[in-house]
Amino acid sequence: MAETTSSRAYEHIVRADKLSVAFGKVRALSDIDLAIGRNEIVGLIGDNGAGKSTLIKTLTGVIPPTSGRLFIRDQPVDWANFSVRRAHDLRFETVYQEKSLGEKQPLWRNFFVGRQITNRFGFIKVREQRRIANEILQRQLGFRGVGIDADSTVAKLSGGERQGIAIGRAMHFDADLIILDEPTTALAIKEVQKVLDFVRRIKASGRAAIYIEHNLAHVHALADRLVVLDRGRIVANIRPADMSLADLTLFLIDLQKTKIGAAA
Amino acid sequence: MSDTPLKHPAPALNPRTAVKLEGLPIIIVFFVLIGLFVGFAPTVFLHWPIYNSFLVTIPPMMILSLGLTLVIAAGEIDLSFPAVIALSGFLFAYVTRTYDAPWLGLLAAIAGGALIGVVNGFLIAVIGIPSIIITIGTSFFWSGIATVLSGGMSYTLERLAGTAINGILSGTVLGIPSEAFWALGVAVVVWFILNRHRFGEHLLFIGDSREVARVVGINTLRERIKLFTLMGALGGFAAVLLTLENLSYFPTQGQGMLLSALAAVFIGGTSVFGGTATVVGSFFGALIIGMLDAGIVATGVAGFWVEVIVGLVFVSAVVLHIGIDDPARIRQLQRRLFSKT
Repeated sequence: MAETTSSRAYEHIVRADKLSVAFGKVRALSDIDLAIGRNEIVGLIGDNGAGKSTLIKTLTGVIPPTSGRLFIRDQPVDWANFSVRRAHDLRFETVYQEKSLGEKQPLWRNFFVGRQITNRFGFIKVREQRRIANEILQRQLGFRGVGIDADSTVAKLSGGERQGIAIGRAMHFDADLIILDEPTTALAIKEVQKVLDFVRRIKASGRAAIYIEHNLAHVHALADRLVVLDRGRIVANIRPADMSLADLTLFLIDLQKTKIGAAA
Repeated sequence: MSDTPLKHPAPALNPRTAVKLEGLPIIIVFFVLIGLFVGFAPTVFLHWPIYNSFLVTIPPMMILSLGLTLVIAAGEIDLSFPAVIALSGFLFAYVTRTYDAPWLGLLAAIAGGALIGVVNGFLIAVIGIPSIIITIGTSFFWSGIATVLSGGMSYTLERLAGTAINGILSGTVLGIPSEAFWALGVAVVVWFILNRHRFGEHLLFIGDSREVARVVGINTLRERIKLFTLMGALGGFAAVLLTLENLSYFPTQGQGMLLSALAAVFIGGTSVFGGTATVVGSFFGALIIGMLDAGIVATGVAGFWVEVIVGLVFVSAVVLHIGIDDPARIRQLQRRLFSKT
C-alpha cells in the first residue's frame, strides 16, 4: 500500500500553503509557504524561537496548525485525520534532538514503538523485534563490539549513538522525507562526521530531507536550498551556490541587527 | 601435595539471565521473611491455616496493587480506588439484594469502577489535571456517593452462602481459596499487558516521557483514559471479592487499602518516576505487606509494633531497589558521607 503511494509520480514531497500556528496569543508561525522537492535537501536556519521546531512539528502531525493547508505528494492533507501515525504511514520520519527515544526503554522497543510487530491481539512479537533491532544495529549502524545490543537501554548510549538509533529507525522504515532536528548538536567531531555522511546518503538514495542546523558551515555544504526563518516567517530562500558561507553569515548577522533595531 | 587441577576458563555467566530475573531481590526478601516467621513462631507458620487465611485476605489488595503498577508505570497515580471499593461494593450488594442477581451485581460493580476510571482518565488526560490531585477529589466524591446511596448502612449478603458466585469467586479449589487463583490470573494478565502488549509499551513510553511518547505516535490521551478505566474495573472486581469474602458490605470497606496497596507496589521495586515497573515485584510486595500484619502478631511482638516494622521494611526495600537500579548513586552517597570529615 505504501509502495504505491511513494512510487507514484509527484513533484513535491511536502508543500505548505499559508500555514499559521498560534499558541494562545503568540503567533509561532505566520503564513508559511514552503515546498520541498522529492529529492531535495532543505536546510532550515534561524535563531532560537524563530519557529523551526514548530514548523517541523506541524509538518509531522505533532502540532495541529491554526490555519493553512498542507499537501503531501501533491495531495491535500485532511487535518482531522493527520497525526504522527498518519505521517509515519506517509513515510515521514523525524530525528528529534533528544526527544525521539524513550530513555529507560530497551532499543528493541525504541525501534518499533508506534509500529510494533504484533499478532492480531496486539501482543508484541518480542523475539522478532529483537532480532531485527540487532540486525539494524550491526549491519546498518556498525555498532559492533561496543557492547550495545537490542536489550541496552537508551540511557546507556552516547549522544552520537542516540542519533544513530533514530537515524537507523528512519532507514529501516524506509522514509521518503527525513527531518533532522539539530542532529549534530553536542556531538564530538567524529560523530558529527557520521551524521553528515548519513545526510549525504539520504540525498544519494533519492529521498528528501529537512535539516535544521545551527552550524552554518554544515548546512551550507550539504543543502540544496537554505530557508531562513525569523520570528515565525520565512525571510529568505537561498541557493548555497549563489551565496558564499561568508555572505550567508553576514546576511544572518544583519537580520539579527534589524531584529534588535525593531525591538528598541 | 596434589597439583593444581586443569584450568578451565570459568564459563562466562550470561549477564542477562543473571540480572534480569524480574523482582529477584524482593523474592529473596519474601522468603527470608517466611524464614523469620517460621523461626519465631513455628507453631503458627509450619501449619496450613495461617497461609489459608493469607490467601483469602491478600487477593483484593493484590489486585489493586497490580492495577496500580500499570498506573505508576505510566508516571501517574490513582488514589481513588478505596472509593471504587466502596461504590462498586455497594452496587454489587444492592443489585444482589434487590434483584437477586449476583452475576449482574458483579457486572455492575466492574462497570461502576470502570466508569469512575473513565471520569478520572478524562479529567487527567483531556483537561490536564495532575492525577494525584484529581483522584483525591474524585475519591471524596465517590465514597460520599456510596455513603449517601447506602445510607451509611452495611448490607449482609448471607443469602449468597453456598451459591455459585460465592463458590467460584470465594470458594476453594483443591483446598486452596479461589481468590488466590483469581489474583494469580490477574497478575499473569497484567504481566502480559505490561511486558508484551502494545498497550503496556505505550504506558511505559508515556511514563518515560510524555513528549517522546507523543513524538513516536502514541495517542497519549486515549491510552491514559484506557489505563484509568482498567484500574477502575480492577477496583470493581476487588470490591466484589472483598464483599464476598465477608458476605457483607459496609461503606468503609476500602479505607484501609490505600497505603497497603501503594506500599506493595513500591516495596516490589516499581519506580515512582514512571517508565519502568515490575509486576512480579508488586505480586511479592503485596504478599509481604499482607503477611507482615498477621506475621508480626504471631511472632509475639506486641501488635503496636506492626506499623513501625511495616515502615522499616518499606523504607529499606525502597533504598535497596535504588541501590540495585543505580549503584552509582550509592557510591556517590558514600563519597559524600565519608570524604567530608
